[in-house]
Amino acid sequence: MEEEQIYVLADDTRAVVFETRGVTKVYHMGEVDVHALRGVDLQLYQGEFVVLLGPSGSGKSTLLNILGGLDTPSSGEVHYRDHDLSAASERELTEYRRHHVGFIFQFYNLIPSLTARENVALVTEISQDPMTPEDALAMVDLADRMDHFPSQLSGGQQQRVAVARAVAKRPEVLLCDEPTGALDITTGIKVLEALERVNRELGTTTAVITHNAAIAAMANRVIHIADGRIARIDTNADRKQPGELEW
Amino acid sequence: MRAINLKLLRDLWHTKGQALAIVMIIASGVALCVTQLAALETLRHARASFYTGQRFAQVFANCVRAPAHTVQDIRSIPGVDVVEARVTLEVMLDMPQLREPATGRLVSIPDGQRPALNDLDLRKGRLPEPGASGEVVVIEMFAKANGYQLGDTVDAVINGRRKSLRMVGFALSPEFVYSIPAGELMPDDRRYAVMWMNQTELAAAYDMVGAYNDVTLTLLPGASEREVIARLDDILRPYGGLGAYARKDQVSDWFLNNEFAQLETFGVFIPLIFIGVAAFLLHVVLSRVIATQRDQVAALKAFGYSNLQVGLHFAQLVGVIILLGGIVGTLLGWWLGGLLVGIYGDYYHFPTLVFRMPPWVPVSAVAITAIAGYAGTFGAVRRAAALPPAEAMRPEAPPTYRATIVERIGLQRWLAQPTRMILRNLERKPFKSALTVVGLALAVSILVMGTAFMDVFLHVIDVQSNVMHREHLTVTLSYPRSRAALHELESIPGVVYAEPTRAVPATLRFRHRHRRVAIQGIPADARLSRVLNTELEPIPMPPQGILLSRVLGDALEIRAGDELTVEVLEGARPVRQIGVVALVDDFMGVTAYMDLTALNQLMQEGDVISGANLLTDGKDERAINDELRKRPMVGAVASKAAIIGNLRKVIEENLMVSLSFNIGFAVIIAFGVIYNAARVSLSERARELASLRVLGLTRGEISYILLGELAILTIAAVPLGFLLGDIVVGVMLTTLNSEVMRFPKVISDTTYALAASAVIVSATISGLLVRRRLDTLDLVEVLKSRE
Ligand SMILES: Nc1ncnc2c1ncn2[C@@H]1O[C@H](COP(=O)(O)OP(=O)(O)O)[C@@H](O)[C@H]1O
Ligand SMILES: [Mg+2]
Repeated sequence: MEEEQIYVLADDTRAVVFETRGVTKVYHMGEVDVHALRGVDLQLYQGEFVVLLGPSGSGKSTLLNILGGLDTPSSGEVHYRDHDLSAASERELTEYRRHHVGFIFQFYNLIPSLTARENVALVTEISQDPMTPEDALAMVDLADRMDHFPSQLSGGQQQRVAVARAVAKRPEVLLCDEPTGALDITTGIKVLEALERVNRELGTTTAVITHNAAIAAMANRVIHIADGRIARIDTNADRKQPGELEW
Repeated sequence: MRAINLKLLRDLWHTKGQALAIVMIIASGVALCVTQLAALETLRHARASFYTGQRFAQVFANCVRAPAHTVQDIRSIPGVDVVEARVTLEVMLDMPQLREPATGRLVSIPDGQRPALNDLDLRKGRLPEPGASGEVVVIEMFAKANGYQLGDTVDAVINGRRKSLRMVGFALSPEFVYSIPAGELMPDDRRYAVMWMNQTELAAAYDMVGAYNDVTLTLLPGASEREVIARLDDILRPYGGLGAYARKDQVSDWFLNNEFAQLETFGVFIPLIFIGVAAFLLHVVLSRVIATQRDQVAALKAFGYSNLQVGLHFAQLVGVIILLGGIVGTLLGWWLGGLLVGIYGDYYHFPTLVFRMPPWVPVSAVAITAIAGYAGTFGAVRRAAALPPAEAMRPEAPPTYRATIVERIGLQRWLAQPTRMILRNLERKPFKSALTVVGLALAVSILVMGTAFMDVFLHVIDVQSNVMHREHLTVTLSYPRSRAALHELESIPGVVYAEPTRAVPATLRFRHRHRRVAIQGIPADARLSRVLNTELEPIPMPPQGILLSRVLGDALEIRAGDELTVEVLEGARPVRQIGVVALVDDFMGVTAYMDLTALNQLMQEGDVISGANLLTDGKDERAINDELRKRPMVGAVASKAAIIGNLRKVIEENLMVSLSFNIGFAVIIAFGVIYNAARVSLSERARELASLRVLGLTRGEISYILLGELAILTIAAVPLGFLLGDIVVGVMLTTLNSEVMRFPKVISDTTYALAASAVIVSATISGLLVRRRLDTLDLVEVLKSRE
């Protein structure tokens, strides 16, 4: 109940973290043009937990990659606080990713040749005010698996290492592309719990892509995407805990 | 250690088999290069300090007999520093313990003193006492080769009189680092002695009192060598001057220069092939590593590693391999270089031969490797650096296959499914398949090259001894005589046939170039010693005109049909314009050939010979030698068997060491290329092959799919390798050709067969190693991992 109130309080003064205007993305595949995004206007607020929901191929990943500075739009504007991401150079985007963004991918993308601890260290070593890899791994309940290599961990554990790796640098935003897409219910819930905890404890603005509507229940807002556009935005008056989700 | 560097080391460890193969190849190339260049540096340095230390002369001249007062004229030539006039003399030695005839060169030294120029490095004993009789210092290698001790004697025939010479000292001399018998092309330590004797005694024995026949001198800084040589020639001309020459034309130094040039070729050319192959393998392996790490690259970039950092990361992987190869290669080269210099110590007679490894040698070898390695991997590294992260996140599109040519032309009925897979896979990546074929072909070519040298040498020796020179003994007369001398030689028991020879020293001039050579007179009906064309057929001597060794023609920049000026340096010293009839591809030395009658006409001396080639009954060469030595008219005797035996020895000592290195290293290349190709194929196709196993194919069947592909590539590489080998051998031989020796391109079938089998065996072994991995393929693991 307490968090609820904090949220409501924040709601009045909530700072805009991301703002996009008329963002499009066109891929040229030989003769055909694929319109992945067809004009997206969106605002994300400080500290909120949003879920991006939509069918496969609707443009969710494209949007998330653009927000995360992994990709640039074909037209339109993208602002992260006072940074203009749509006009940023390659170098500025790298800086932006390094200091502000944490990514989590569907297939974990851990470095197989590094242990859990080293995978986290890979990121903390290039950040300004990181947690220790140990603390980060403790946050996702993996303190006892720190010296295991990815191949020695289950899918859910690997994804939690990925969460630790993403949050260890204390990013302002956490962008997750189908973080539970490759996991079963129980392990998926563990990962979502880790995300929820980070969002709650560190106040990290969190965007989670999913095509699983059930997950939407834990978000502050649910952004429905279809065919490269925002179809609708729902606000959840009542957020559920990951453990209460009906899969 | 930073996590990114840990990743580097673990990636390296993960590809250790392949990385090791490349490290070995780089190490081989660097080791070869370092060994040869360091040995060469050692020799160059030893030569330079020997020359300076012993005050080796810079200009040399011989004449028949010049009065002592002319030395003053020579001293006053502008630019001349120190002058040393001497008496020198070629003599026959009587060494009963040798089967073959031996000769010696007596050189005078100031009585009881060390010479002002070409000083002796006395290794043992002392100089001859002034006034003592028959005391000599002999060159150390002759004493060693024959096991002489101080105080031993050897008999020589001086001016027709036998004299017993007592060896009181053993020495080395900058003038005779190589001591090469007159008229021969290879040093022969056992059968050729350089001996130093007191001036007074030698002059008296040789009727040279108050005269000299040999002069050497050094120049003041800035003096013109060419000017001095011209002035010296003017002074000596009235006294039978044989033409002065500079240090680089002095036999021992000329031989050293030729040798050094060969070492340099071996030290640079062959390592370049290794380095090329290493660069190619680095390209293959790194491209593969990067392809399998697309998702890792994406993650690194997503977390804020810059393009530069990602590029550097992979560049470091290459760097570590190159550095490891460089270090191993340098250490190996250090060790081998030491061994090689030890071997050279027996062969190059410098007083001290201390192995030197100047830092620039390994540094430049590694630098060249690094340049090649990075040139080979630059594309792959840059692609990794430039890979857009959003794109790297997406799995690579499935490869597009299509029916192969073989199938399209209607042969598919004959091909089983696995065979079709092999063919389609080859055709889908034509560039990659071609690269593997080229890499394997390079290995084949190095093997061809390694053994082809044996073919070439055996061929040269065979042609020299069985086709070109069919005589058994070569006699040089003490001075030219009438043809009647032939009959005397033929009358010696055991001599079957004697063929006349005539050698005349001359300077050949064409435009501004000139060379001092011996013109060989060959009888029109020569049966023993003949000039051959490239088909090994005898070239009939034209009644007019002159034939030149092709190297000589090239040196004079003259072609058949041109006329050159012949200045004879003997007798009436005629000067004539003579047309060049042909350039001859002979194997050894620098020679001009003329018809014997034409040469005699040129000399205006009637029917004169200066030597003879003898065909014997092959029974008792020793007895014939003894008979020959008894005759005052015989100046020197050379035995073909001895010369050929010595030639073999020189070649073996000189080249076989390098060649055996090469062959060993070529096998490493073959193995490295094939093993890498096999491992890359396996990594690319593990998933596909595992799926096939799940579908029920046997281990044998999936091995066939993977290894069949390699087999096809190997078989395709063999003929290409032969072709490349042919080219490489051609290039190598051209660079090795020198005035001492030329090498025709001869490659035997055995060589081809050996090269092909070595590569096929290496391929089979690598195939088996990979097959073992296939057998233990963890199906679940492979299928679980996302690629
Ligand atoms: N690099 C690319 N090249 C070509 N087409 C692409 C690329 N990335 C995405 N697309 C296309 O853009 C559309 C949106 O893709 P994506 O954003 O990945 O969808 P989602 O994540 O919602 O499944 C799809 O039609 C996809 O095929
Ligand atoms: Mg997606």
